[in-house]
Parts: sequence; structure tokens; C-alpha cells
Amino acid sequence: MNRRDSIKSILLGSVATGLVINGCTTKTSSVDGLPEVKETPLYGRTEKEILRDQELFESDFFNEHELATIAVLCDIILPKSDPYVSATEAGVKEFIDFIVRDMEDQQIPLRGGIMWLDSFSNKLYNKEFIACTNEEQYDICDRIAYPEKTKPELIQGEVFFTRIRNLTLTGFYTSKEGIKELGYKGNTPNIWDGVPEEVLKKHGFEYEEAWLAKCVDQSNRGDIAKWDDEGNLIS
Amino acid sequence: MQIKESPETFDVIIVGSGAGGGMATKILSEAGLNIAVIEAGPFYDPADPVSRTQLKWSYESPRRGASTTRPFGDFDAAYGGWDIEGEPYTKKNGTEFDWFRSRMLGGRTNHWGRISLRFGPLDFKRKSIDGLGDNWPISYDDVKPYYDKVDKLIGVFGSKENLPNDPDGFFLPAPKPRLHEMYYIKGARKANIPVYPSRLSILTKPINDSRGVCFYCGQCSRSCSVYADFSSGSCLIFPAQKSGGQIKLYTDSMVREVVTDDSGKATGVIFINKLDRKEYKLNAKVIVLAASACSTARILLNSKSKVHKDGLGNSSGLVGKYLHDSTGTNRMAFVPELMNRETYNEDGVGGMHVYTPWWGNDKKLNFPRGYHIESWGGLGMPSYGFGFDANALNKFVGGQVGGYGNALRNDVKKFYGSVIGLAGRGESIPVESNYCEIDPDVVDEWGIPVLRFHYKWSEYEKLQANHMHETFEEIFDGMGAEALGDRPSKEDDYGLLAPGRIIHEVGTTRMGDDPKKSVTNKYQQLHDVDNVFIVDAGPFVSQADKNPTWTILALSWRTCDYIVSELKKQNI
Repeated sequence: MNRRDSIKSILLGSVATGLVINGCTTKTSSVDGLPEVKETPLYGRTEKEILRDQELFESDFFNEHELATIAVLCDIILPKSDPYVSATEAGVKEFIDFIVRDMEDQQIPLRGGIMWLDSFSNKLYNKEFIACTNEEQYDICDRIAYPEKTKPELIQGEVFFTRIRNLTLTGFYTSKEGIKELGYKGNTPNIWDGVPEEVLKKHGFEYEEAWLAKCVDQSNRGDIAKWDDEGNLIS
Repeated sequence: MQIKESPETFDVIIVGSGAGGGMATKILSEAGLNIAVIEAGPFYDPADPVSRTQLKWSYESPRRGASTTRPFGDFDAAYGGWDIEGEPYTKKNGTEFDWFRSRMLGGRTNHWGRISLRFGPLDFKRKSIDGLGDNWPISYDDVKPYYDKVDKLIGVFGSKENLPNDPDGFFLPAPKPRLHEMYYIKGARKANIPVYPSRLSILTKPINDSRGVCFYCGQCSRSCSVYADFSSGSCLIFPAQKSGGQIKLYTDSMVREVVTDDSGKATGVIFINKLDRKEYKLNAKVIVLAASACSTARILLNSKSKVHKDGLGNSSGLVGKYLHDSTGTNRMAFVPELMNRETYNEDGVGGMHVYTPWWGNDKKLNFPRGYHIESWGGLGMPSYGFGFDANALNKFVGGQVGGYGNALRNDVKKFYGSVIGLAGRGESIPVESNYCEIDPDVVDEWGIPVLRFHYKWSEYEKLQANHMHETFEEIFDGMGAEALGDRPSKEDDYGLLAPGRIIHEVGTTRMGDDPKKSVTNKYQQLHDVDNVFIVDAGPFVSQADKNPTWTILALSWRTCDYIVSELKKQNI
């Protein structure tokens, strides 16, 4: 269905009348009543949102050096570790590159944080962070990666490292690879019939009979509900 | 340019397409009336693949579902929020009120929590119990038949419990509790607090053959593409269209005022077409306002005429007064026993499977009224924000906080699904000094004078919030959980959220028998003008600790029956 066709304009005498939803209800498969998931363009953006995203995609914020620094930091935070991919392999650099354009309040802390890191690196090793050896980079990170253990004069570095760690983890675990690694199993049509019994048992629980009596019997989930006059379900 | 006026006279104009407006559309069109529905936002159908967000993955959003443009995140089905570009509102004397609006067909019913609670007998007569506020001019018995009909028409799961103030209805069977909900049940029972299956308008079984059944994606906030949850479009407006109702839908059309004739009777409305930025006028015999409590008050106050000098229906001076939202505060806790969980699909329905209704009606407490408790937790789909301070919980179990490398990976998995959240949602006391009014200086981009809010919580609400936190901690103790963060202090109003944040604002056109003390009568008809009705939450005298939607639906249906009967008798 084309939304523009269905709404028409709203000029007087030219309004959306009648039913406009025919043909676009998600079809259900006959086997278990679960819908088939159809591919659709984008993910339900309004025209205004599409336009805004387009502008963000076409803009730039970070320069090459900044992006290279972010890439190094991302992979220090989440390195490749067979069978798991690294943060940059999961697209985290690109994610942070987008977020900084999407959220203005990230811009100064990230840009300034990278500059802080280079200044600190210059002081210690007389070179920028990405030019340091792995050992030197770890040494720098060790000084700012552990909240409450940071020297007072390095707290700004800790704040920056926490921010980049948060963005790296959120970018990674919301990626396809990260969701798989985490073990999230949902976002798909299914029939919920309670916590797996062995898991319940492991936690020392079992469903009480009285409670279960109030719960849906999934074997007749497709039968149309009917009640007696007292509100008791009889189907 | 002159205002364009339609030659057609409708039987009824309905302003707004949310719960109240949708119900009015269905009932009045089925009575054979010729209807115009005017909605300030665009057309929206949850089944439309173009606007669908349901079953999308976090990585399909470049911001991974963050809330940059939609306040509840990229996938939430609310076009709007507490701030809408071009449609401001103001606040008076440094007070706070946050006003949430969804500009779309179906309004806020597309994204709401589907918590569908009937008001109980006590909720209509609270003044008789504690002397505060006012009683409703109607009782539970007046509304019960309509609650019953709403249950059957729309569908709500729950369980029969025979509780005195949380009446049973015609329930679909409930989903089984999730694992963190089993911990909640355990903790609450240890604290002597009852827990029952929750009551949500989600179909665990079909109620007819035109709507689908829940397939447990946990995403009702994205609005269901098979119509297995309630939204005004999918359950009321589209079926009314389908069954041949005479319904014209004016979308992207923002009503400015109700027009009246020299006798003071309403003749139609003027609206702005947001696409061509021109004014239009529609005429009707009856006007039904369902724009939301505050939007309806705004329309009435902007409808000044020779007869209605202070705004339509405002001879009492009470339009906009007695505005009140639910109280609310939240706390999270870490459940060590939920560390290192096995993962499985635990999405369930789009909301909690168990809840606690208010249990303290007979208790002596230092605040009036009560609250219910909602909970969340589990193995949800990660979206923006997941992994922030990923291993801060190590401070409870003796591990390293912070760091980098593969240890972080292990920590993320260790703590996944180990946090539970509790939310108290309670009843506030309506007072005349909490109100919205027209700001004399400010218009929105449509040239319509905007609302200015004045709202202060009293000690009652703050003390209630404090009690919520006491209760949360007792429940956390009972389940062996560690409360996170500091418990909010008196200086922080005990964590009481700003008015408007719970999005249950009601009371701006309250009903009553006395025209000096109320705006509408018990049929939600303006005392001042007999052909104008209000079917949103404006006429609520008080709002219980229950979410308002089920009562909006029941009262809208009741009002529509009255409208049809009055039209038949030629009384209006």
C-alpha cells in the first residue's frame, strides 16, 4: 500500500474514505498461526526522519586521524578473539562515526578526549597514541581504564575512556555479530510457554498449579475466546 | 484567503483519533451517523510495511534505536513526544509539567503499555473515604456494563481474583511468568505484598477472525502488524470503516476552535490543514472532542465567542483546572542469582506478565490513595545504551570494574538479564491550582495560542513516592537483590517524577452534577452547550492508580449511547 495514495490529500471533499488497509496485513502461515516476517524498506521512518538521517549520512564530523584513533581504541576494548570478531569488524567505528553526528552532546567530549589522549601520549612517549606500540597503548589505557583507581590528574582521561568503552560495547552488542555472541534468541515470532523447565528448576522455582490455571493453554491458542455470563473462559 | 467551508453538514465531528475518538467513531458510525474524524497527525496503520518497526533489529537503525528523534527510541510507535517541533507549550512560575502528544492516527494508543485496569468502586468515591478532591457523579455500577463490553470488543488478558477494588472482567488467559518475574513473585510474597497476572490488552487468543493472535515478540510499543494488541486504528477505526460506516478521515488537520452560533450552540469546527497551511471549516450537528485532556481544554479555551466569553463550556471557569497525572518513581536492582543465565527466547508479550495492584486500602498511612507496581527485566534485545557501565555490577561480586579486552566480553555475558526494575504508578490528589491555560503571548506554528501549565506536587504525592521506595527495597530484600544507586531523598522529592512524565494526564474538563463546580455532566456533555461532548480523559474527576485508557474507552462508549439516544429523542 502506498501511504500517499491512501491518505490522498486532506483538502475538503478529497479525504481518505473507506478502508485503506486491505492487502497489507501481515499474512499468517497456516501451520501455527505465526506470521511470516517480510522484508520491508528502511525501518519505519517518517519522511522528516528520513531526511534528517540523509543529512547526517552526508555530513562529516571526525577527521581521518580521529577515526583511526577510534578504531584502535575500539579494538583494544573488544579485540578479535576466536570465534568472536573484533569491534571494528562488527562496524563499531562506523557506528561511533554516525552517533557523533546524531548526538551533538557527544562531539566535544569525543573530539577533546582524543586530543587529550594524544597530549598524554606525547608526554609519556613523545608520539601520538596511534603511533605507539601495543605495549605503550596498553600502558596508557591501564592508567585511565579503571574507575576509582585513576590518579586525580588523569580523571579527564578516565571520563573519555569510559565514554568510548560505553559506545564500543553498545555498538558491538547491538550489531548482528554482537547479538549472536551475546546469545539473544528473540525478535522472532514464537509461542511463549514459560521458562524452560530445567532453567526454572536450576533457580529453585516451579510454576504453581493455581497460577498455571490462569495461563494460556497454547494448544488451543487459535480457538476464538468465549465466556459464560460470569466471565469464565469456556473455549 | 477566506476560510474554505464544506457544503456538507456531518452528523458528528470527532476531534482526535485516540482511544476516546476511536471508540466514538465506531459506536456512532455503527448507529448510522455520518462522521468526520479530524486528526492532527498523519495516517498510520500498524500493518503498513512502510511504517512498520515491529521485528526490526537494533542494527537496522544507524543509532541502534537511540532516542534522538523519538523519546522512547527509534522503534517506538509514537510520532511526537514531550517536545514537538513547531508546537511548543510554556510553564508558569517555575513549575513543571511535561506534555506528551502523539501526532498520528490512533494517537498514543499505538505505543502505550496496554495496561488495562478497570477503576474499582472505591475509585469513583474517594472523597467519601479520605475527604480529598471530589466524588464522581457516577459509580462503578454505571460503568461496569461498558467495561464488560470493552473487554469483549477489544480483548484483555488477566485473571479473576475477586479483589474488592480491582474488578474482574472478561479476561483472556495470561502468559506464564518470565524468570525475573518468578523472582519478583518470590520477593513480593516475602514482603507480604500480593502479585497477580497482569492485565494487558493483548490477544493471547483470538476474539474474532479479523485480528491476529500474539506471537510474543515483546514489542507492543511498536504497534502490532497483525493487530494482536489494542490500538485505536486497528481495533476501532478500521473495523468501523470496514463495516461500511460513513466516515471521513481528515489527517494532518489541527483543530483550532469550535464554532458556535448566536444562541451559543456549536455548529462546527475550524481546523488548519498542516499540508497547505490553510484554514477550513466543517459543520456538524454534534461535536465530540477527543483530542486528549489538555488539547481539548486548549480547543475549548480558544473557542471564545459573544456567548462564551471565557471559552466554550467555561462558565464555571474550570476548563483546564484540576489537571493531574499519575505519580511515578522507579528503582532498579541487581539479582546475583540471575548472573550467568542460560539464554532462551524470553520476549513474551510487550509488557509485564505479573503485577501488584494496590494492596493498602485498609492500611493507616501518611499519604492518601495508593499505587500499583510494574516490573521489567529479562533477556531483552540489546539496543542503544546496552553495555554502558557493563561491569559496574562487579562491585557486588568482587570483580574488576572497568578495564578492556576479553574480560569485558565475559562480564557483559555474565550480567546479561540480571537486572530487574520496579516502577510505582500511583494516584495523585486533583487540585484546582494545578492547571493549563492559554498563554497570552505565544502561538504555535499553526497560529494557535498555546497552553501554559502550572503544576506542583503536594506532600501527599511525595510521601507516596517515598512509600514506593520503601516497598521496592522490601521486595528487593525478599528476592535477594541489591538495589542500585542511592535511594532518592526528601530533597529529591523521593524520586517523584515530574508531572506529565507518566503520560496519564486527566481532569481538565471534569464531570459533575453542579455546573458551577464542573465542566461536563455525567454523560460528558458540556453543561453550557448541549451538542458538545468530551470523550477523552478530561472529564475524569480523579484518576485512581489505574491507567486511564480502559476507562476512557468505557466512558466514550457510554457517552456515545447517550448521544444516539438524545439524537433519537431530538433533544440535541
